[in-house]
Amino acid sequence: MTSANTMNSSSSRRQKTPLEHILRVALYICLLGMAAVYLMPFLVMFLTSLKDVEEIRSGTLLSLPGSLNFDAWGKAWGGACTGSSCNGIAPYFMNSFQIVIPAVLISTIIGALNGYVISMWKFKGSDIFFGALLIGCFIPFQVILLPMARTLGWLGIANTTTGLVFVHVVYGVAFTTLFFRNFYQGIPSDLIKAARLDGAGFFTIFRRIILPISTPIIVVTIIWQFTQIWNDFLFGVAFSGFDTQPVTVALNNLVNTSFGGKEYNVDMAAAILAALPTLLVYVLAGKYFVRGLTAGAVKG
Amino acid sequence: MTIKASSLESKATPAAQAKSFSLADFIPKLVMAPTIVVTIICMYGYMIWTAVLSMTNSRMLPSYDFVGLRQYERLFENDRWIVALTNLGIFGALFILICLFLGVMLAIFLDQKIRNEGAIRTIYLYPMAISFIVTGTAWKWLLNPTNGLEKMMVDWGFESFTFDWLVNPDKVVYCLVIAAVWQASGFVMALFLAGLRGVDGDLIKAANLDGANIFTTYRRIILPSLKPVFFSAVVILSHIAIKSFDLVAALTNGGPGYSSDLPANFMYAHTFTRSQIGLGSASAMVMLGCVLAILIPYLYSELRGERHD
Repeated sequence: MTSANTMNSSSSRRQKTPLEHILRVALYICLLGMAAVYLMPFLVMFLTSLKDVEEIRSGTLLSLPGSLNFDAWGKAWGGACTGSSCNGIAPYFMNSFQIVIPAVLISTIIGALNGYVISMWKFKGSDIFFGALLIGCFIPFQVILLPMARTLGWLGIANTTTGLVFVHVVYGVAFTTLFFRNFYQGIPSDLIKAARLDGAGFFTIFRRIILPISTPIIVVTIIWQFTQIWNDFLFGVAFSGFDTQPVTVALNNLVNTSFGGKEYNVDMAAAILAALPTLLVYVLAGKYFVRGLTAGAVKG
Repeated sequence: MTIKASSLESKATPAAQAKSFSLADFIPKLVMAPTIVVTIICMYGYMIWTAVLSMTNSRMLPSYDFVGLRQYERLFENDRWIVALTNLGIFGALFILICLFLGVMLAIFLDQKIRNEGAIRTIYLYPMAISFIVTGTAWKWLLNPTNGLEKMMVDWGFESFTFDWLVNPDKVVYCLVIAAVWQASGFVMALFLAGLRGVDGDLIKAANLDGANIFTTYRRIILPSLKPVFFSAVVILSHIAIKSFDLVAALTNGGPGYSSDLPANFMYAHTFTRSQIGLGSASAMVMLGCVLAILIPYLYSELRGERHD
């Protein structure tokens, strides 16, 4: 804020020169032009999803559909072919929710407890372990893919929703722990010391003092995990079976299924449907989404 | 800290407190134990396991016949791997540079007391909330030569406009760059905007008093003070680039031929569909090496910085 304020207050106090006016106009044109570029792909997807195949062939990307025709949406949801079956993406949409909801909840709870321990109940080695865990945020998952596939097989949860929940929890905990640890690091330790003197134990302090002030970081973590897991493709494609695929995998199959004519309107409708949950979260809670994004980057 | 607190406690009722002292000491470790065990096994253990497999002749199933570094030799004799690695170089470099350029530019522009800044920022950043699979699907449609951008430009009167990068083996990697930049540049913007908002106002006032104009102030004073943000952005972007897998799967599926493969796609294809587990593991280890080559200097400088604070 400060940089903008100081710079503009100094320039607005005196009369703006014509050059400054021109620059200002150019600035807005530039910003709005870029906004149009960022919006264009989504707009094209939406327009395409409303056209029929003939309109797609004859028109251009940005030409308007003749009528509001949601047939492609219906087909994408309930009738389009994704690989072997033709039930649309609806079942896979549900799969994604079945994976995402438990995975987000479990990884958030574990992350909160870990963060609480690492910031307030340090023990010998806890800092070293935190460092080791942090590196886990960065390893390319390709190095764990095959061993994990074998492990899931041994555990008897290969190709199941449970297996995917397990994988997402295992590799999500590094991030959730980081979020909570950085947040709790900012809480004065006197508060906890006082509570301990009053005889409050580990879980009492967590429940009575820590949890009530954790709402913002819980929201950030849930949104981060939800977005990450919903958008995951690598684990989905490597560890899911035909009927447990998440929606990203189903969408990719749908788009790359090539029997019959290519129905771009259905592809686009399916893509928007697959993106809708995370987009909705972003629109409703963008502030927390951005905070999660930058939390990983700007160390606490 | 624990000892101090509990020694104070023990003044009250020594017998009862002694018990809770040991329990209080034990619970945090117990709570962390599952994460510690799982991290050791599922991150570090698996990493070692993959390293071991990369030195065996495993094909469809893991075997433990050691062949030394033979798989790595095969890897670097493999044309498809060289293509994937070259693509990563081109893709990574362009992706990072363009994202940084756009991100810094947009952040500076947005920092000029813009009306409706919030709405514009939201528009720049929304692709980051979308899966790379959706991004790939969208851009596959936009960039396809028969019905996409090319046709639109021709219909608008630019008769000779051609844009066939998506089906051109020499150009297809740039399509990956376009889609990835669309997705991630808003994120860089958000990082830098947060950084700009944190710049010390006095620094800028002083520069203004010295008669520096707005361009000089940014170039000489504000941007240099955002060096840490630059580093973070580069690390995160290179991390995204090295891990890129879904974008290729959705946008080009590696094609035409294998001309747009990235290492992650090579690894997946060889490990899971081409029954070349040894080779796939070797490629995964090279990817890990790439990440570490970026991460270790970064963490080192971060930790050193912390000590200076």
